[in-house]
Amino acid sequence: MYSVPHLVLPQISDLHKLDVYVANGGYGQYRKAITMTTDAVIDEVKRSGLRGRGGACFSTGMKWSFMPKGNDKPKYLAINGDESEPGSFKDRQIFEYNPHQLIEGILIAGYAMGITKAFIYIRGEYHKWVRLMQEAVDEARNRGYIGDGMKQTFGGNYTLDIVVHKGAGAYICGEETALMNSLEGDRGYPRFKPPFPANKGLWGMPTTINNVETLATIPPILAIGPEAYSKIGAPKHPGTLLYGVSGHVNKPGVYELPSGTLLTDIIYKYCGGVPGNKKIKAIIPGGSSMPPLRGDEIEGVMMDNESLRAYNTYIGTGGIMVMDEDTNIPKVLLRISRFYHHESCGQCTPCREGNGWMEKILRRIVKGDATSHDLDVLFSVASNIEGNTICALGDAAAWPVKGFLTKFRSDFEACVKPTREFLSPNIAHGRRQSAETLIQSV
Amino acid sequence: MDIVFTSEEFAEVERFKSLYPQPKAAIMPVLWMAQKKFGWLSEDVMRYVSSIMNLPYSHVLGVATFYTMYFKKPMGHRHVQVCTNVSCMLRGGEDIFNHISEKYGIGHNECAADGDISLEEVECMGACGGAPMIAINEDFYENITIEQIDAILAGLK
Ligand SMILES: Cc1cc2nc3c(=O)[nH]c(=O)nc-3n(C[C@H](O)[C@H](O)[C@H](O)COP(=O)(O)O)c2cc1C
Ligand code: SF4
Ligand code: FES
Repeated sequence: MYSVPHLVLPQISDLHKLDVYVANGGYGQYRKAITMTTDAVIDEVKRSGLRGRGGACFSTGMKWSFMPKGNDKPKYLAINGDESEPGSFKDRQIFEYNPHQLIEGILIAGYAMGITKAFIYIRGEYHKWVRLMQEAVDEARNRGYIGDGMKQTFGGNYTLDIVVHKGAGAYICGEETALMNSLEGDRGYPRFKPPFPANKGLWGMPTTINNVETLATIPPILAIGPEAYSKIGAPKHPGTLLYGVSGHVNKPGVYELPSGTLLTDIIYKYCGGVPGNKKIKAIIPGGSSMPPLRGDEIEGVMMDNESLRAYNTYIGTGGIMVMDEDTNIPKVLLRISRFYHHESCGQCTPCREGNGWMEKILRRIVKGDATSHDLDVLFSVASNIEGNTICALGDAAAWPVKGFLTKFRSDFEACVKPTREFLSPNIAHGRRQSAETLIQSV
Repeated sequence: MDIVFTSEEFAEVERFKSLYPQPKAAIMPVLWMAQKKFGWLSEDVMRYVSSIMNLPYSHVLGVATFYTMYFKKPMGHRHVQVCTNVSCMLRGGEDIFNHISEKYGIGHNECAADGDISLEEVECMGACGGAPMIAINEDFYENITIEQIDAILAGLK
């Protein structure tokens, strides 16, 4: 079934149907996994070099090995299909075109960690894809590929069941601890870490959270072998990635390619270039929280986490947003900041208030009412959010602000006045010419 | 409409509860079910959910208000959601929002007087590759133009 680079989304029609999936060798990797010890399965995943596809790029094998051994208490697997980071639309392809490979990945992960219950959390807006995934899960259960029927289908005593859980519109529920609270029936507030989910997760029990694409990658890793997998693409971040390309390209969409593919190849070779042959002004490489690249620095940029670090940005979710030369950068940043302000859960003051201030300052900038001093205030607000919050939404909000301000300073300066002018000066202002002198005098 | 579930719906509530180690987790699917049946989550609906879920009303209210997709006021028969996040904005999402807003005289999170249509400016819907996009109730329409939207809204009436 698997030929590189089509590992997560093999190009086989009707693969979403259980019969087609099985006819192409589907669920065979699970059969193979249960002939191995659980440690051996985790070891294969470690050796493959697979790193999580949810944004943080953490080693999947390592994460699995943190789970306590033994079956004295229940353990859970949560599959993160919240997919709400602007620019990301890849997990949806798996729900639609290859749901059984996700289920098989869940089975292998469950077996390796001794988990008998898994929850797939899918964002509420994905009504159709919740339905498709639910249908696949029901079909798998009815045909004995998950649930009690597994004993008969695969032999042995191990069983795992899957619940599909529908969100209801909250980006923050993609953060793993918020996801757990949401799943338990509480407001989706992130939890402070530690304790880490592997010790105290869902309902206080050991829990592993993995992204949808991460788990859908497990069957092909076992199929082609961890060594072969680790040789695909960039050595430090190997495998294939689902790049979701949007914005100003002729053929937007999801492309499965080896990690480390040249950004220019993705845009010009696969996505057919920029409409009207315009120049590129900016690219966000991995969802809206990742700092941008300038159009004039994309030559030679390879799309994997390690390569992007050299440009002070990261692969994130692999959602590439392309902006042509006519794009109004301050306006784009305002839209991004509006998003994070809207989605902040409000628990931490720097995130809740800081995001509000950033949005307000950016509104002033876009309107032409700001001064150059505001740009510095904006940067300092972002710096004060970063690293000072419970969850990484604070960082996710700060990075694009700092990144855009640094890389596109002249675009912002073109929108602001050097000093603030007052339309109707009161007495105090009458004695001073500008806010700048006012600030300096204090 | 009386705020009460049928016996089939009660069975469904019990099934939801059985899916999770603790029944409280069924609150999201039950709120979805309540919204589908009663149109939106009024105080009476939330109190009803609180009673059948054995949870304090304050908890139900807390959960319902955390998520944007649970309606806290009546919305239109056709709820039009227009994405204006970056990828859609780059491809005309704002024009689409303004067009619908002007045409029907409703703003963000507003509903026309006859209850036929409501409008919401939404964050990224995970359909950026098909930008610009809108959703009408549960269905996505991607790579869409203003002309097509007018035709769809006319046809769906
Ligand atoms: C604000 C925020 C939103 C997130 N949203 C998602 C998401 O939608 N999907 C996802 O898989 N991970 C998301 N993550 C990352 C998860 O917290 C977690 O790292 C990931 O699901 C782990 O899976 P992986 O190891 O397979 O990558 C988000 C993180 C933050 C801070
Ligand atoms: S950083 Fe923001 S989103 Fe995360 S917990 Fe704090 S307030 Fe909530
Ligand atoms: S930006 Fe509109 S769907 Fe993602």
